[in-house]
Amino acid sequence: MSNVPKKLRYTASHEWVRQDEDLFTVGITDHAQCMLGDLVYAELPELETSFDNGQECAVLESVKAAADVYSPISGEIVEINEAVIENPQLINEDPYGKGWLFRIRPFDPAGAQLLSADQYSKQLASEAH
Amino acid sequence: MPFIPHTNEDTQAMLATIGIQKIDDLFNEIPNTLLTADLTSIPSGLSEMELSRLMHARAKQDGGKLCFIGAGAYEHHIPAAVWEIASRGEFLTAYTPYQAEASQGTLQLLYEYQTMMASLMGMELSNASLYDGASALAEAVLMAARLSNKKEKPAILVPRNLHPHYRQVLQSIVGQQDIDLLELDYDSKTGKISVESLTAFADRKLTALIIPQPNFFGGIEEVDALSNWAHEHAVLCIAVVNPIAMALLKPPGQWGKQGADIACGEGQPLGIPLASGGPYYGFLCSRKSFARQMPGRIVGRTVDSEGKTGFVLTLQAREQHIRRAKATSNICTNQGLMVTASTIHMSLLGPAGLRQVALACHHNATLLAKKLQDIVGIKPVFPAPFFHELVIRLPKPSSEVLQKLAKLDIQGGYALNTHYPELGETLLICATETKSAVEIEFLATSLRETLS
Repeated sequence: MSNVPKKLRYTASHEWVRQDEDLFTVGITDHAQCMLGDLVYAELPELETSFDNGQECAVLESVKAAADVYSPISGEIVEINEAVIENPQLINEDPYGKGWLFRIRPFDPAGAQLLSADQYSKQLASEAH
Repeated sequence: MPFIPHTNEDTQAMLATIGIQKIDDLFNEIPNTLLTADLTSIPSGLSEMELSRLMHARAKQDGGKLCFIGAGAYEHHIPAAVWEIASRGEFLTAYTPYQAEASQGTLQLLYEYQTMMASLMGMELSNASLYDGASALAEAVLMAARLSNKKEKPAILVPRNLHPHYRQVLQSIVGQQDIDLLELDYDSKTGKISVESLTAFADRKLTALIIPQPNFFGGIEEVDALSNWAHEHAVLCIAVVNPIAMALLKPPGQWGKQGADIACGEGQPLGIPLASGGPYYGFLCSRKSFARQMPGRIVGRTVDSEGKTGFVLTLQAREQHIRRAKATSNICTNQGLMVTASTIHMSLLGPAGLRQVALACHHNATLLAKKLQDIVGIKPVFPAPFFHELVIRLPKPSSEVLQKLAKLDIQGGYALNTHYPELGETLLICATETKSAVEIEFLATSLRETLS
């Protein structure tokens, strides 16, 4: 069973979100990195670009697949994790920590429609069947 | 014999199983607005005997004549060993080498090809080929668009002294993809792109500048100044080059302060016969940092579990079988056989041999220019330098002159008035290393008689 920290919130498309004041930090879940396998490349969004909720904003490439990362909320990119561009393996090694991808300033922080850890765990359990 | 083994009963049974009436129903997903024409204008097939008769008749039309036409496809000497080796069963039948463990020979050859092509272009990276020079340019433009700032509509500066067919193919492939193709006229005195003419576009946000070398008129562009202008304005520089000329001229990777960003062109001059127009192949090279935006197959060298060197297709996450609709490459079959011949050709000639070929071409074209200038009424349209072809003005209609030369079994050049009406009665005329001094003299004599 993959690691789903209780204190984070999630999307159905396997991103995690941590809210710090008015900024959302976004990465991919332990389950997602496990399914993708060894990551070799990360293409992150440009700073100051805006994305709609659910819009593709980054691409991750592993030795066997390429996957899009979707913005969990409408907002503007304020920071990206340069370290994962240099070393995409950080996403495999520490998906909830050093492997974060970007920070986004939501246009409406209260408008986020995210899953709780329990809800996301249930989704994973149902996908497994 | 039809190649589809299903009987009508088989087809009906399959349609019934999936619950549809007719085969056309399978295509209902395509919106009606995208259907432009039915297929009734396509003629029904020919029998093998009819086809053979037709092709023999066509082959006679352009075979065995003394050819001074260049214009994008060039007659060069091909050592007999090239196609003798390329025609071996192991190469001739090899398909896309998905299965690395069964395709080491083909993969190694493609890897060698990439190494040679990158070296010839002075670039860091080459793919394993594309369809032809014109489609390689279209792919280079799409690549530049992917590399550009996605907030703005990409705008590409396309010079008019780029091959007219390349411009048409570019329009066909990228014209519908929300990319602006802006026409850049050439300097009417030199036939070249003038750096001053670029200033008209300085205020416009451009994505890429296409630089042909040599240009369609055979002239040598000021590639350093042009690529520097591009980079000073944060514009990508796409080189479209003749690979033989690159054995003599500065390769794209060394243009200006930073070198070209993408280099592409037609591979035919490297060991592929003219063959009535194809098959040829396209090459595409770029900076290493652009690898993930590059289309086409790329072969890499690696080691297996026992530490032995091996070759594999690499960076496949760009490709359609993995990335589906978002692939940066929708080309899975490279022109493998043509590339095989080119790789053998380049390895037989080596860098020094290629340079000798290029020098011999330039020498013969210079001799040709000199002989033609001695003929009353003929004038060069643009000043030197040129590589191995040049534009001459005729005192009579070019079509008439070409017809008379054709009666003497001479293909005397390419008439420019269709694509460049402003140039009037002019010919683009080429001499490669295959033309002897006697043959050049024969052309000059025949032209003099034709015009007298």
